[in-house]
This record gives sequence, structure tokens and C-alpha cells, in this order.
Amino acid sequence: MRLAHWGLALLLALPVLAPAQPPDAPPQTVQATLDAGQQERYRRLVHELRCLVCQNQTIADSNAPLAQDLRSQVERQIAEGRSDDEIRHYMTARYGDFVLYKPPVQRNTVFLWAGPFLLLLGALAIALRQLLRRRDAAAAPAAMPDRQALQKLLDEDRP
Amino acid sequence: MIPEIGHFLLILALGVAGLQFLLPSWGVWKRDARAMAFGQSAAQVQFALVFLSYLCLTWAFVQKDFSVTYVAANSHSELPLMYRISAVWGAHEGSLLLWMLMLSGWTCAVSVFNRRLPADITATCLAVLGAIAVGFLSFMLLTSNPFDRHFPVPAEGKDLNPLLQDPGLIIHPPMLYMGYVGFSVAFAFAIAALVSGRLDGAWARWTRPWTTTAWLFLTMGITLGSWWAYHELGWGGWWFWDPVENASFMPWLVGTALIHSLAVTEKRGLLKSWTVLLAIIAFSLSLLGTFLVRSGVLVSVHAFATDPARGVYILGFLAVVLGSAFSLYAWRAPQLKSDGDLVFFSREGLLLLNNVFLVVAAAAVLLGTLYPLFVDALGMGKISVGPPYFNAVFIPLTAPLAAILGLGMAVGWKRAKFAEVVRQLRWPAALALLLAAGLPFLWVGSSGFAVFAGVMLGSWVLLTSVHDLWGRVRAKRSLLAGLAAVPRCVWGMTVAHLGLGLWVLGVAFVSLHSVERDVRLAAGESAELHGYEFFLRGVDPVHGPNYDADRGTVEVTREGASVTTLHPEKRLYRAQQNVMTEAAVDESPFRDLYVALGEPFDNGDWSLRMYYKPAMQLVWWGGFVMFFGGILAASDRRYRLAKLAQAPVSADGKVTA
Repeated sequence: MRLAHWGLALLLALPVLAPAQPPDAPPQTVQATLDAGQQERYRRLVHELRCLVCQNQTIADSNAPLAQDLRSQVERQIAEGRSDDEIRHYMTARYGDFVLYKPPVQRNTVFLWAGPFLLLLGALAIALRQLLRRRDAAAAPAAMPDRQALQKLLDEDRP
Repeated sequence: MIPEIGHFLLILALGVAGLQFLLPSWGVWKRDARAMAFGQSAAQVQFALVFLSYLCLTWAFVQKDFSVTYVAANSHSELPLMYRISAVWGAHEGSLLLWMLMLSGWTCAVSVFNRRLPADITATCLAVLGAIAVGFLSFMLLTSNPFDRHFPVPAEGKDLNPLLQDPGLIIHPPMLYMGYVGFSVAFAFAIAALVSGRLDGAWARWTRPWTTTAWLFLTMGITLGSWWAYHELGWGGWWFWDPVENASFMPWLVGTALIHSLAVTEKRGLLKSWTVLLAIIAFSLSLLGTFLVRSGVLVSVHAFATDPARGVYILGFLAVVLGSAFSLYAWRAPQLKSDGDLVFFSREGLLLLNNVFLVVAAAAVLLGTLYPLFVDALGMGKISVGPPYFNAVFIPLTAPLAAILGLGMAVGWKRAKFAEVVRQLRWPAALALLLAAGLPFLWVGSSGFAVFAGVMLGSWVLLTSVHDLWGRVRAKRSLLAGLAAVPRCVWGMTVAHLGLGLWVLGVAFVSLHSVERDVRLAAGESAELHGYEFFLRGVDPVHGPNYDADRGTVEVTREGASVTTLHPEKRLYRAQQNVMTEAAVDESPFRDLYVALGEPFDNGDWSLRMYYKPAMQLVWWGGFVMFFGGILAASDRRYRLAKLAQAPVSADGKVTA
């Protein structure tokens, strides 16, 4: 969070309309060097990486110099034949887990990933117990035929 | 002078809200009819005071009174009138005032429309709403007064955040707040049910139109927010799983669950304590959302540190409201008995399942939104949770909902025969399969498993809704007579479900089959995207009222035939020196063509981002259709007639109680 603040201050201090591209950077027509499969990987990866100096944006969605730099970094590494995991590893080694919008499953994210599905199981179990308990409670009186008939009459009365 | 009057009116409103809480509460306790009736006049006076105070702040903006700190921080002499009026809710203090205006408006509406309800129910509702108003008004007066003055008076304002200078942002926040705040009425009804111990079909019938109305505003607010982000942020996205968006989405999910469980409570007298709990949770999430968004806790933890008074007050207020509501619930809810038994394969059983999935989905969104804060606070490292996480978790949790929805409409209340339902739904199912197999090829020219599943679910929802309506109409003499006989609340359900189906179709196509390209173009060059030719005629400087812009002219052709001319802009707002992207979009039912200007190069070339987005419009239409369905459902005559019919019975009930 502190990093985001600092970055924001830095961004505001920059002359905004000046060309953000350093002169020796690769041209912005990205993906030209990549084949179709690599372009697909590129698109997925840039949507998973956080622009560290922005408020809350992926590097795909930001024009900040850092985001542009990281985009071309991703492109270059894909072209060099590195795997997705190697690229993610390179990013986390430099910027920490904060750079990944899809946090890896590890000690401090176990509950993040497992939580929703545990909750679903728990909620389904509670709902099922309610259903079963109600059925047990209802089973005895419902067995009496006159009560059933009475209920039926009542039901027909309802619109 | 005017700002001081506004400030004074707020103080008066605080006093009135205090009385509105105390007197009716005392009246309910002592069964004093006059004290209970006081709530109604207090609610109306409070609304008048807050409304006038709101007008005072608006006046300060219109008059460019920069001696008011809040106006100076959020306006500018060059800001157009339209945006000076909407700038009232452009930042923390003013948006609290808007929130307060909505709250007193809803309260006033309750005092008017609830006249036929039992006096103790109305009185408890108004007392609860009064207590919430006290909390918000004192929060404003103590920590966030929009009328504070400062000297010396600056010659110029700092301008409204350029992101907010967009027509979409004029109606989006009021709609969203109407929805957020509207859940306070459902909350008040839930408390009234717990206090009075009266929770039956009639209670559910009183609560339903209020809940549906809040929900439809929230639906519209979220849709407009998404539409705005799509046009204004320039990244072609329409949903970012940003904490601010999540804050509005969680109450929507729980509110949707509440609408469905209220139906069960009304029709079958089941799930009573669950319905009450949902009403409490929906409002809690609204409160949490309002505070999280406006206090900036989620964007930066430092927002609390910069103004500890606000942070402490927020936490204290949340603790008091939620603490007392949940304590009351824990105390009284066990006494709420259901009237019958619940069978799994029945409409109520499937609606329970719908609730399970909706609530767990909301919990997952909450978990993902707050998790980085917790991990950071516990010193376990800094992580980010973003769209890839939410998509991975949210889609499996909500996809079953669409499947259940189709079944649920075909299944009757109480119990149903599985074989009979399968027989009934064989045609919609077959047709949905056919569409899933064929439609992607027709629409976007390719297919895959994900889009197959998405189209399958979307068309399943659409087809089963139509099938359900057909089942109601078929027995009648003529189609027209049949359609006329369908009650409005059923129309509401059908239309809202159709909206959801359209939305699912739109989301499936646009998220799976969009094509994007970043290119570098000089004037006179062109680039190809999905069969369309984008020709950059040139980029020219233009001047707006408070900004200077570079305005591109992009001519789009397809196989030589002209399609459209687009004008994406890059604006520099003079006061804050902020750069904003104004994307240009050619919208059509089948696809959007979207162009945004990137950065200029040294030699005058421009980077351009282009998108082909199939079925994007269906996402907005889906939202609008759901909104319309909400209007139909909330305006059903049944609710008004039911109130009339209910009045004498409940009056008797009160006498004997």
C-alpha cells in the first residue's frame, strides 16, 4: 500500500503529456514478434500482473511507464521461450507476491482459495440437515390419512 | 450565509432524528398510540430539513462559493453547471449528505406508505431508521461537515476529479445510493419483526415491494457504473473486481437472495429466521460498502491514519448497528417457527439452494476483497487479489444458479415429481443445447467449451422463462387474454430472469471472444482487426470548457464499405493537470468497435488500442431489463390491495396482543 502511494505521488509529479516511452524501448506494436499461441499467453499474463505504481490496475490496463516496461519484459521473455511459471517467478523475485493478481496457493493464501468452497460445503450441509430434520418431524403426523386430507382441502382453498 | 443555514438545518435534522428514534420506541414499549404516531411526522420533517440542507450545498456549488472548503476542493470556475451540481456528491462529505438525503427520503416514503400497517410495526421501522439517521448525521457533523469554511478564500477551486466529469457519473451514484440505502427499509422491517415477534406472510408481503425497489435501483446503479467504466477508463473492460465495485456487488447478491427468500416466506411461511438474517446482512454490507468506499480503507490503509477520528467513528457505528441487530436476532430468532415442512424437490427447496449459492458467492467476494488487508495486518506478507482470482472462484459458484433457476420456475410449491418436470423441460433443454452448439459459430465464428457452457446457461434461463410464461398463457382462450391475465409480479419475475439470461449470453461472448490489438499508427496508416479496417485520418487538438484534448479521427471500414467514424480523445484537465482517456465506441447489438488513444510517440505517431467486442450491449441490456422487471414486480397491485385487506385484521391483532 505504501508503495502504491509513493508511486502515485511519483506519477503525479511526472510531466504527463510527455512521451512516456524511453527512446530505446521496443516499439509499442507488441505481439508482432509472437505467434498466435504466444500472443494468447502474453494476453493472459499481462492481465494477471499488477501495475505496482497504479491504484489498482493490471499492467495490461495501464499506460504508466512501469507497466509498459513490464509488458515489454513479458513479451521479450515469451519470445525467448520462457514458460509462464518462469516469467511469474521472475516477477515475484523482483516485486514480491504483490505483483500477482492471482495469488499462488501457499501458506498465507490457503484460506483464500479453499474458503469459498469450504463455505459452500458447510452451507449445503446446513441446508441438507434442515431438510432432513424437517422431514423427520413431519413424517409422523403426515402419516395420518385424515390430516393429509385436511391439508389437501386447505390447499385447494388457497388461490 | 447559505452554507451556515445548511449546517444549521443538519443540526436540526439530527435533533428531529433523535426524537424519531426515542419517542416511537418508547411508544412501542408503553403501547402509547400518540408516541408511536409521532414517528411519521418526525420522518417527514426530517426529510424536509435534510432536503433543504442539500439544496444549500448545491447552491454553494452553483454559486462557486470557494470559501466553503468542500466546494473549493471539488469545483472550479470553468466547471460546467451540470457537473457543478453533480460535484455535490463528488467526494466524501457530499456523498454522505446524498446518502443522508436518500435515507430521509426512504424514511419519509415509509411514513407515507405504511399508514395502513399496524401502528407498532410502522413505529418500530421509523425508530430504527431514525437511529440510523442519528448515526449518519452525527458522523457528518462531527467529522465530515460539508459546510466548513476556510480563510483566506482561494481565488480558484481545485476542480472536480476528471474521472467524475462524465454524464454516466451524474446518475450512477444517486441510483447506487438509492439501492444501498433502500436496504435500510428491509432492515428496519426485519428489526420490527424481531421486536414484535410477528413474522408471517403479511409481514413478507409488506417487506417485498420495499426490498424489490431497493434492489432495482442497485441493479441500475451497478449497470450504469459498469457502463461508465467501459467508456471512461479506456481499457475496454466493464468489470474489474475492484474493491469499490465489490462493495456494491455484495449487497446486490445478498439482496437478490433476500428477494427470493421473501417469496418463500410469503407463500409458504418457511425460512423465516433466514429471511430476517438476510435482511440484516444486506444492510450490513451496504453500510460496510459505503464506508469502505468513501473512507478509502480498501485503496489505502493510510486513509484511517490520516483522520483517525473518522476511522474510529466508522468502526464504532458499525459495531453498534451490527452488534445490536445481531444480538436481537440471536435472542428472538429461535422463537420464529416455520409453518410447514420443506421438501428439497419443490420450488421452496430450490429457492433455498439459490440462496445458498448467492450467499456463498457474496461471501467469496467479501473474502477476496478483505483478504489482502487481513494478511497485511497479520504481518503475513503483501498479496494482491484481482480479477483472475475472482473469476476462478465466482464463476463455479454462480453457474449452478442459472441451472437451478430454470428448474425452479417449472417446479411447483410444496413438492413436485422429478419425472414430470423433466418431461416438461425437455424442449427448452434441447433448444438450449442446440443454441449452445450453433450460436457461437454464427455470432463470433468460433467456439470452445467455455462459450458453449455460457451460451447453454444463458439460453436455458431465457428459454425456461419463456416456457414458464407460455405455460401460464396456454390454457387461456386467446394469447392476448392469457398475457393480460398474468399478474404483474409474475411478469416482473419473468422479465428479470430474461434480463439475467441476456446478461449471461453477453458476458459469455464478450469475455471469451473479444479481440484486442495495440498498434502504432501514423496519420494516414491503418490497421486490421477481426475483418475491420481502422484508418487513422489524424489527431487534432481541440479545446473543451475546462480541458484541452487530442482528438483522433479513425475511419472504420469493412470490405471497403464505410462502417463508422470514431473520435477517441485524450484530455488534459487544466486545473488538476490530469490526463483522461475518452474511448470512442461504435455500438451495435452484435458487436462494439472500441478505440482508445494511447501515448504519442516522439515522431508524432500514436499508439492505439482497438477492440472488437461481441455482444457487449447484451450486458447493459441485461441490467436494464432486470431493472424493468424489478419495476413490474414492485408495482404489483397485490401489494396495495393486500395492505388494504390486511389492515383490519392486524388492528384486531394489536388489540388482543
